[in-house]
Amino acid sequence: MWIVEIPPFVPFFIGALIVLFTRGMLRSVIMLAIPIASALHLWMIPEGIHLQFTFFDYQLIPYRIDRLSLLFGYVFHIAALIGIIYSLHLRDTMQQVSAMLYAGSGLGAVFAGDLLTLFIFWELLAFTSVFLIWARRTERSYVAGMRYLIIQVLSGVILLAGTIFYAIENNTLEFGYIGLNGVAEWLIFIAFGIKCAFPMAHNWLTDAYPEATVTGAVFLSAFTTKVAVYALARAYPGTELLVYIGAAMTCFPIFFAVIENDLRRVLAYSLINQVGFMVVGIGIGTALAVNGAVAHAFNDVIFKGLLFMSMGAVLHMTGRINGSELGGLYKTMPKTTILCIVGAASISAFPLFSGFVSKSMVMSAALEEGFDWVWLMLLFASAGVFHHAGIKIPYFAFFAHDSGIRASDPPKNMLVAMTIAAGLCLAIGIYPQALYSLLPYDTGYNPYDATHVLAQTQLLFFSALAFVWLNLKGLYPPELRSTNLDFDWVYRRVFPSALQNMFTIIWQIDRTLRHEFKLKLNMYLTYIAGKNNRLSGLLSRNYPSGSMAMWVAVVLATYLFLSFIQ
Amino acid sequence: MKPQKKYLLDDPKNIKRMLRLFYGCCILLFILDFIVHRHISHDWEILWGFYPLFGFVACVLLVLAATWMRTFLMRDEDYYSNEGTDDKAITSSDTNSDDASSSKENFKKQRATKTGDDNVDS
Repeated sequence: MWIVEIPPFVPFFIGALIVLFTRGMLRSVIMLAIPIASALHLWMIPEGIHLQFTFFDYQLIPYRIDRLSLLFGYVFHIAALIGIIYSLHLRDTMQQVSAMLYAGSGLGAVFAGDLLTLFIFWELLAFTSVFLIWARRTERSYVAGMRYLIIQVLSGVILLAGTIFYAIENNTLEFGYIGLNGVAEWLIFIAFGIKCAFPMAHNWLTDAYPEATVTGAVFLSAFTTKVAVYALARAYPGTELLVYIGAAMTCFPIFFAVIENDLRRVLAYSLINQVGFMVVGIGIGTALAVNGAVAHAFNDVIFKGLLFMSMGAVLHMTGRINGSELGGLYKTMPKTTILCIVGAASISAFPLFSGFVSKSMVMSAALEEGFDWVWLMLLFASAGVFHHAGIKIPYFAFFAHDSGIRASDPPKNMLVAMTIAAGLCLAIGIYPQALYSLLPYDTGYNPYDATHVLAQTQLLFFSALAFVWLNLKGLYPPELRSTNLDFDWVYRRVFPSALQNMFTIIWQIDRTLRHEFKLKLNMYLTYIAGKNNRLSGLLSRNYPSGSMAMWVAVVLATYLFLSFIQ
Repeated sequence: MKPQKKYLLDDPKNIKRMLRLFYGCCILLFILDFIVHRHISHDWEILWGFYPLFGFVACVLLVLAATWMRTFLMRDEDYYSNEGTDDKAITSSDTNSDDASSSKENFKKQRATKTGDDNVDS
């Protein structure tokens, strides 16, 4: 059979190198072949540690497979394949190479068995993905990418610091359960939290993803946050703090999403909202909750990818992405419309779509463990996500008022990628047992009981009724060209202007001090000069030095004259 | 003007039909609440129509709150790229020959010349 067990990141990295030197058809074939071959290879490999060596006193495990990492490994392969199909029309080496490297780094991170390897892939995720933002090649995307990179690298540096402390304290680098005990554990927690878009550390996501290229955003939505979810699921399951952080993450972005105009930014906010459900599940920490969190991560990669792809298709074909400029596209982009609605139904957790079978596990677990208020918040977030991602996205892009744009459906490869994703959404929704069999725990959970189906359908239909009612009453906020302030305002406006004011004040003080000093110095000099004057006044009270010089010159001239006479 | 093709939702009648169908579904779902035997895992769920009411009220509140948030969160579209035009904290700072503000002015000028191209995908 398979001779060697190659870590999945290796084929992707080699693939990136080959992609760099090939062109056209060959490049497409190689890019498609790598995720398929690597996924088949992964399928054959049994669980366990497959690669380890000693580094100084520590055991490094670059390749370890267990049920948790395997699930993420599979979904990353699916995401990579879908993303590659979606971007087959591209002729942009920078994007294609960085997409391969980025997917490889994500895979490397989830199969890392020690913290040092994790750190390396953690940073690689940042450095490889930023090119997907810069590839837009605008000034806006450049600065957004810079901010993204700074925050991501910061997260990596904190992770490294935490890792070093952790290694010293526990004398091991193994990446397993960590828990919040000391400084090292908190540092690692914060590093994961930044990448997971915890509240107040979330703006790198809403800032950078909408500035990425059409295809770049599809890749970005799949890997970075899910690696962070995986890391939290491994290191901090059952940490109660996560329940509250996650609940906050599900709720606050939906308000921003409702008033946001850039539809890909709406998706970025709803990405935080979905990651919130996963974080709650990890925080609850029971078998059902962790299963739910992981399953939801799996589904989210696919349906969020589908939504980013459909909005990317709109941007690609029309050159616009603001809700205020779009509308009526269903007339000429019917396929994209239907595929987008499948994605919207999945993220909204309609029965028979993928979101339903995973989100419900987290919510059931929250009720079982007595987190009543958190459960209410999750219910609110479920209604809210349907409102902004389920209705708003398709409505303002494809229906609403007719914008007059008559763009056709996107290229075939984009449609194929979206169809695969939509098919998976439906398949998982209709036959969830396939996904459940891959989950870390066996809980025998069945999402399709009458009560639950009815409750969820009622919730969604009446949320939609609220939308219809508000729209008919004219109360629904219109899409406006605007920027909405979020937490990034603090570091994009408050800090810079505070720093600037501070420096202005410092310069001013500096100037006055110097001025004062000069004045004082002058005063002393005149004083000393005055004293000096009085001293020399005894000998030459009324003769300035100029006259002295003149008299010396006169004496010399006389000497000269006399010497000539002789 | 070219003769426009008629599409499904151009006809107000079709919209009305769809809305009626939708209202029908809502009413049916509400009635099902009384027919289907539900096993309840939480006190709140005993209330008849808890989920429909919650969904409706939550969404109305969400939208109203978000609309209200616009009053203090909304800024110009180029708020961040057009630094210093509408922000008191920056304009009130001393502009009298200090290095910081003059370099900022230059930066603004550079930025202004560079923006405006929106390369979607190459």
